Amino acid sequence: MNHEYRPYTLIAEITYRCPLRCPYCSNPIDYARHGAEIDTDTWLRVFHEAEALGVVQLNLTGGEPLLRDDLELFIEKASKLELYTNLITSGIPLTFERLSRFRALGLNSVQLSIQGTRPPESDRIAGAPSFHRKLEAMHWVKSLELPLTMNVVLHRDNIADIADFIKLAEDFSTDRIELANVQYLGWALQNRSALLPTREQLERARTVAEHARGRLQGKMEVVFVTPDYYSVYPKSCMDGWGRRFIVVNPEGFALPCHLAQTIPGLHFENVRQCHLEEIWHHSSSFNQFRGDGWLPDPCRTCDRRARDFGGCRCQAFHVTGNAGATDPACSLSPDHGRIESARRQASHLAGLPVLFEYRSGRGFTQT
Amino acid sequence: MTSATARPQLSRKVRLRFDRRTGRYMLLYPETGLELNRTATEIACLCTGECTIDDIAQHLARIYVDLSTAEIKRNVHDFLNTLAGRGLLQGLQ
Repeated sequence: MNHEYRPYTLIAEITYRCPLRCPYCSNPIDYARHGAEIDTDTWLRVFHEAEALGVVQLNLTGGEPLLRDDLELFIEKASKLELYTNLITSGIPLTFERLSRFRALGLNSVQLSIQGTRPPESDRIAGAPSFHRKLEAMHWVKSLELPLTMNVVLHRDNIADIADFIKLAEDFSTDRIELANVQYLGWALQNRSALLPTREQLERARTVAEHARGRLQGKMEVVFVTPDYYSVYPKSCMDGWGRRFIVVNPEGFALPCHLAQTIPGLHFENVRQCHLEEIWHHSSSFNQFRGDGWLPDPCRTCDRRARDFGGCRCQAFHVTGNAGATDPACSLSPDHGRIESARRQASHLAGLPVLFEYRSGRGFTQT
Repeated sequence: MTSATARPQLSRKVRLRFDRRTGRYMLLYPETGLELNRTATEIACLCTGECTIDDIAQHLARIYVDLSTAEIKRNVHDFLNTLAGRGLLQGLQ
């Protein structure tokens, strides 16, 4: 039992369906195996329960949230609950009329992803022709005076174009640009050797981003997210397990992070059967890695434990086989050699053509 | 630097919301938010584009009678600069 934590953000993954096939998608690799999506009324109840629990931010995401035709009802409900509602989208499929409805119903901001700065590169990563439609969608967002974040996922193949991404964001007068390096989990871990940049690429990009941040301060927020494979200490994943975020996935499981279900041995409750408050406070899985009682060495006595909470549990499991281990991205982790070896591989592969395994549901038709 | 006659206004992306769990106000914007103390709330509520920075300082002076005018002005400028640095204000120029 634990009442000292309060969730501030609900990440509502309202569908895993998506018209794009990005090879670093944060959905689980076996998304096609997951069950039916929860219905409209269940989501409306979940928003209500989340607000009562302290949530003030709602991220409507997916997959592609635009594929749910009840999205209007979600935005309307969230607005009545005074939740700050962010639509996190690829911009496809969207019309100006639908976006206008979202705005009238109380949508607060739009985050739109761009895969490249030119059509061939962008469409190649997205796995579908989409670049021009994305620009059109960004134009609609701005013409409706909705706050716009341009989200760019950086990897080996596009990180050299960072100045062009920033220029594109400036051309659209976006309020914010998120230059987020791929986090190597899920599909991205499958494609790690094709995606991980070299240290030199990363440092050049960081310099460009820092320069832009200074130049654009107060006008456009520039956020640069380093890949933790190149940082000395791990990221504070989800601001700590079960501390501030709740993810509810398309089939209704409440999770401490998007990929928590990939960790074996944890039991997750479903919002179809359980009240969100009950799950947040009492779920064994939410409590599993809360606080510092569970921390392994060297985290247990580390000064940084209140800042990074031992790092990412999914990464610990997928790289070391133990979800309770120190995140191997940490230079103090006994398993850090595995990360160093991935970095060496990235530097050997620099300049070679990149082959991706695109996100797809094929191969998961059998159960 | 802010000028005393500027009329600050919260940006379109910002929502001011009362948090009944803490009894305080919050400024919400994409991805995150700021929890405001009483003084910050008084200032944020007046960032409507109608009041000048001097008006805001005078309003606070009526509430915080034991603070000097200079201290109040400094507090107002510091808080507004913090908001502006995060892109949460317009109308400072």
